Amino acid sequence: MKIIATDRNGKTTEIEGNDGWTVMEALRDAGLPITAECGGACACATCHVYVEEGWLEKLPKQRDEEVDMLDMAVAVQDNSRLSCQIVCSDETDGIQVTLAPE
Amino acid sequence: MSEQQDTSGPIETDVVIIGAGPAGLFAVFELGLLDLKCHLIDILDRPGGQCTELYPEKPIYDIPALPIVTGQELVDRLMEQIAPFKPGFHFGEMANALQRQADGRWKLITDTGKEFLAPVIVIAAGGGSFVPKRPPIPGIEAYEGTSVFYAVRKMDQFRGRDILIAGGGDSALDWTLNLAPIAKSLTLVHHRDGFRAAQHSVNQMRELVDAGKVKFHVASVKALHGNNGQLEAVTLQGADKSEWRHDTNAFLPFFGLTMKLGPIAEFGLNLHENLIPVDTAKFETSTPGLFAIGDINTYAGKLKLILSAFHEAALVSQAAFRIARPNEKLRFQYTTSSSNLQKKLGVA
Repeated sequence: MKIIATDRNGKTTEIEGNDGWTVMEALRDAGLPITAECGGACACATCHVYVEEGWLEKLPKQRDEEVDMLDMAVAVQDNSRLSCQIVCSDETDGIQVTLAPE
Repeated sequence: MSEQQDTSGPIETDVVIIGAGPAGLFAVFELGLLDLKCHLIDILDRPGGQCTELYPEKPIYDIPALPIVTGQELVDRLMEQIAPFKPGFHFGEMANALQRQADGRWKLITDTGKEFLAPVIVIAAGGGSFVPKRPPIPGIEAYEGTSVFYAVRKMDQFRGRDILIAGGGDSALDWTLNLAPIAKSLTLVHHRDGFRAAQHSVNQMRELVDAGKVKFHVASVKALHGNNGQLEAVTLQGADKSEWRHDTNAFLPFFGLTMKLGPIAEFGLNLHENLIPVDTAKFETSTPGLFAIGDINTYAGKLKLILSAFHEAALVSQAAFRIARPNEKLRFQYTTSSSNLQKKLGVA
């Protein structure tokens, strides 16, 4: 399944996500500059992405833990998510995300 | 502090470990079994590194023989395990400079000016030093230290100022409560009307808002306005995208900590993507006497796991002994059978 990812310089690439794995893992494995300091434990907010229009509502609702953790991210917007909390699935095939500033 | 220290001169020891996370802590144990004394330096104010700073309550499932342990428990257990070796801890300090002395030892200097002399340095710094997150607001650097602060060192510095605090965690809320009584005015902004901070702090903040002593806006800071490092106002953007000017001369963003490699990058190591290449026999860097273990090193097949760091610590100790005790014979012993080792551990 596909993930369309835009880096902080505006460069967009199509990367491969694995079913059941997270978008953070796909971004990291594709070599995009995402810090993901805590390794996906929803404990650091350094895998912060903006989810592009149309995709946000297709995602399962944020858990409280993610909402709380986003308080530790900078430049949070309405479409902010932690990519370690987005799981690749048929519903998210083709999801477009942009890396948030660090 | 374990050893008698002459505060006027450098601290002389066998090994200085940069970073007091699980890698650095377990290195104290392995080095201690070989009678090597250690001092640890860490930018944080307590041991544990990422384990205590990022995920103290989260479970870890891949520590051998501990089916489940939280980050904090793991650190507590490591501290208990290394207690017999009485390492020196130097918290709230960052390793700033490293120089080779004429006698072959290293001189390490921290950002507070403390000096160490040791034949062996072990870098166990994980992702680097924890530093405050800087919001991506254009030109913010120009105001840092004069009008923009990521920590409160002296409260009096904020007396009578128009303070703006951003964030929704404990630091943001605690400083809102602590600074409100001495500020000329205090405004808190956060991207949502909800907070991850402790509920009682949030309640207290809301009481201050109701009493007119603190202002709260669901908003974020978009731009800074001022001259020569003196902030005069910011542009705030509300949830409805409307923007307005807000007068302030002290802005405190509290978005937690992130890791930056920091001065280690200047230690003359051949970094590979901010990681330190090491050999896998001794975990020594390209510079003899300088070792790197844990998340900060890299080699073929490297896995960033705590258990890898433990293994690396054991091998580093053997190599460190040969440098620190060139005239002594290294004898490999098991803690189960060696009364010598058991004496060191205080169990025999």
